[in-house]
Order: sequence, then C-alpha cells, then structure tokens
Amino acid sequence: MIVAGCDIGSLSAKAVVVDDGRVIASHVIRARPLPRDSAREVMGDLMRSAGLSPDSLDYCVGTGYGRNSVEFADSVESEIACHAKGAWKIVPDARMVIDIGGQDAKAVRFDDRGDVVRYVYNDKCASGTGRFLEIMAEALDVRLEDMGAIAARAQDPVTLSNQCVVFAETEIISLINEGRDISDIISGLHTAMAHRVASLARSIELTGAVTMSGGVAKNPGMFTALQEALQVKIRPMTVDPQIVGALGAAMIALEKAGGNGG
Amino acid sequence: MIVAGCDVGSLTSKAVILNDRTMLSHAVVRSSFRPDGSARTVMDRALGAAGIGMDEVRYCVGTGYGREKIPFVNKVYSEIACHARGARHLMPSVHTVIDIGGQDCKAIRLDDAGAVVKFVTNDKCAAGTGRFLDVMARLLGVDLDELGRLSAQAQAPLSLASTCTVWAQAEVIHHLNENTPIADIAAAVNQAMAGRVAILARSAGLKREVCMTGGVAKNTGVLIHLGKLLDVRIRRLRIDPQIVGALGAALFARENTGGAPDDRSRL
Repeated sequence: MIVAGCDIGSLSAKAVVVDDGRVIASHVIRARPLPRDSAREVMGDLMRSAGLSPDSLDYCVGTGYGRNSVEFADSVESEIACHAKGAWKIVPDARMVIDIGGQDAKAVRFDDRGDVVRYVYNDKCASGTGRFLEIMAEALDVRLEDMGAIAARAQDPVTLSNQCVVFAETEIISLINEGRDISDIISGLHTAMAHRVASLARSIELTGAVTMSGGVAKNPGMFTALQEALQVKIRPMTVDPQIVGALGAAMIALEKAGGNGG
Repeated sequence: MIVAGCDVGSLTSKAVILNDRTMLSHAVVRSSFRPDGSARTVMDRALGAAGIGMDEVRYCVGTGYGREKIPFVNKVYSEIACHARGARHLMPSVHTVIDIGGQDCKAIRLDDAGAVVKFVTNDKCAAGTGRFLDVMARLLGVDLDELGRLSAQAQAPLSLASTCTVWAQAEVIHHLNENTPIADIAAAVNQAMAGRVAILARSAGLKREVCMTGGVAKNTGVLIHLGKLLDVRIRRLRIDPQIVGALGAALFARENTGGAPDDRSRL
C-alpha cells in the first residue's frame, strides 16, 4: 500500500511517500505564496522522483499551517499529532519531540504508539523560534546554515541578557562593536535560544528520551545547546529532521487506510 | 539655590535645572553608548541654556538606566521614585503614572501622600515599549510624532493580530504590500501599543487621576487608544512628558538641600 504525508509550513513544504511502512522518497521545497501551489509542487516533484504516477496513492494526509489547502489530501491532521507520530516512527523509544519551525516551537509528549499525551506550543513570541536565528544571521551577515559550524569555534561564548528578539538584536550589535568574536556571539545566541525552548519543553515535564525535529534541528550548535539547557541527551533523527511532520502524516495515512502502522 | 536632576535613559538623556521655585532650563539629548558622556552632554546643554556653570549647582540627583555612571551627582534615585515625584508635583491628584520609555514600560501607583505603593515594569519584551513604535515608524517611513497624529486620519482602522514586535512587523509589511492607507496601519500600531500598556497598567491597579510620562506620551494616538481601553481620561502634564523623571530628580535634590518637599514651584 502506497500512502503519503504532505506538510505545508509557513516557510517550507515537505512531502513523504511510504510503501508498506517504509519511506521510499521525501522532498522539501521553499513555500510558495499560496499554500495550494506549495502542496501541488512538492507532491508533484516527490511522485516524479519516486517514479510513481499521481493516482497510485492509496491515501494522503495533509498537515501544517496550510493543511486545508492540500486539495488531494483524503484527510487532515494537526502538526502536533504528525510530529509525534513521525518522531516515534524514527526514534521508537523517545517519548518527547521538540520541534522548532520557522515561526513556532512546540514540545509534544507521546505514548508507546506515537499518540499525543501532552503538548505545548509557542507561536506568540518570535524568541525561541527559527525566526530568532534568522534575524540574528542577517544582523551578523552570516548564512543561517553556517551558524552551527561557526559556533563550534567559540572560545569564550557571550552571555546574552535579553530574550526578546528585538532587544537581543541590539545587544549583539553592541557586542560586535565591542570587538567580540562572531563565533562567541553565535554560541551565546544558541544558548539563549535553547534556554527559551527548554523552558517551553519543561512546562509539560520531561519523561523518557527526547528527540528533535524541524529545520533548526539541523544546526549542530542548537542541538548541543538544547542538550545542555535540558541536561539530557537528545536522540538524533536518522532522517532529515525537517520531514518528520510529513512522515508522521504518512504514518497516520497508513493507519487510516487500514495498513500496518508499525 | 540652584539644584539639578539628570536622567540618563537608554535612548535619551534629560536634565532639569531648578532655582528655588523656578525651572531655569531643561535639555533632552539622544544617549550615546557611554552613559557618563551622555550625562555630561545633556547637563552642559541645560547649564548653557540657563547661562550658569556646574559650580553653581548646589546639589544634583541622578536617575535612569545609566544613573550609576553619572560622574557629577550627589545621590541617585530609582526612575520609579523620580517619575512618581515629578508627576505628583505637576499634578497633585495623580495616583497612577504610566511611564513609557524607549525600552521599557512602567505603571506606578501612588497613595494619597505620594508614596509609591505598587509598580510593575516590562523591560523583557519590546512590545509595549517605545521600541515597538520606533520599529513601526521606521517601517512606515514616518517620524514618531507623525505616527501619533496619523491615528486621527484613519478611515478604516484595522487591528494587528500579533503582540510580538517581530510578528507585528510582518503583518505591517503585509498591509503595506496590500496598499492599505498608512493612517489605517498607524492607527493599528498605536492601538496595539496601547493594548499592551493597558494590561500592564491594570496589573498595577488603576486609580485616578492617571497621567503618562516619557517620550511616548507625546503620541496622541496611543494616548487616546489607551484612555479608551482603560476607560479613564489620561491627563496631560503641563511640561514635556519626557523630562518628568529629571524633574523628579531635581525635586529630590532640592529636598536634600533642605528645601521644603511640597512647596509649589512655578513650573
């Protein structure tokens, strides 16, 4: 049985196709202005790269901010449920996933079947979301994807006194003027952001192993900083952490279509 | 007897010089990154306007974010105390002072004797501080004074869904791209600002009369929206609201040299 999950986020669109419970292809694109177009494009590309015809899908689940614009979806699911299911599929003994997206952050606890137990969500404050790092990367004139590698060279990381993105931006500009090394500044930024996300995660209590999804999980500096802030080892994903929501959607599609989810 | 108050804030520095019951001069300058330099600059400006030298100032009180770095003060007081003191002096019936600075917002409640009974501060989040308006004015390409006046010209006011400055910025950009009239966006910005300040003011326990100090008090849009939200008339002070903290500091200076604490100045 061939099923798919399609996750339309605010900044990127992701799709995963699963055959007999195994991931056979995945795809990520930058979001288009209209979520409907993002959905069509990411799924079209995915099916082509997997060598499948569009009508070979038995079931498709849409998720993410633009989930109601996925015209070809048979049903929709919340991002919370999809991230839990996807994380559980990749790291079966984890019981919490921390997902940091471009414009939000969430921590979701799940049971031994990948079903949601409790969750907490922040989309009200840009601090602790991917936007925080994006703005800082612009201010520091570095590429977002280089931040982890630059932070790895830090000798004497700075301690930021502000959490608010607007105030922290001013603070790092004065740190640059003071002549602080950029690697020390970025390392300090990761720590500040990690503390923000850690307090979100702790508000629903940490029980069992933790894993991390979303684009920010690809930043090794953030990964380490979050481990330090939570004082636990975070289990890495064996797939691109950005596709976890779409993968979860595909696993839910499999359940709905009557296939074996395990 | 000549005394002075010097208020070194994060964005602006203010000084007030009093001679017995009269305000000789005042000055406002943009703060530099060195608080001691800002203090000297603003004090020199005020001294120059009064035509006197620093040696003629008998006592000087410092306040504000940079107060510990001011080299020439005899004593320092908190901004809370100075804003309360200055506002009460200008308006004896005031019981709530809302001070919005460049990077913070405070609501201060006073008892009948003018003592501070409660205060709440936000300096953690840029929303509800002068910084929010600063960011928005720059996006809209208007200066801060104009931003306030634009509220009155709004035809179809909208409202912003986000509290966070970063997210609200994205909303404003969206409205600009849709060619929404600037006045309608400005009204939404002023209203969002007022909404955030109203929450803080209520948590300090609102008691009439209510007045506003700090630079943002010059923004008529915020003032009107805030009055509506709090269902209270927000009283205007008869001097530049930005120098109220420095005035309070100067009044403390006068008390400390033996001047009567509650004599009426002809300000």
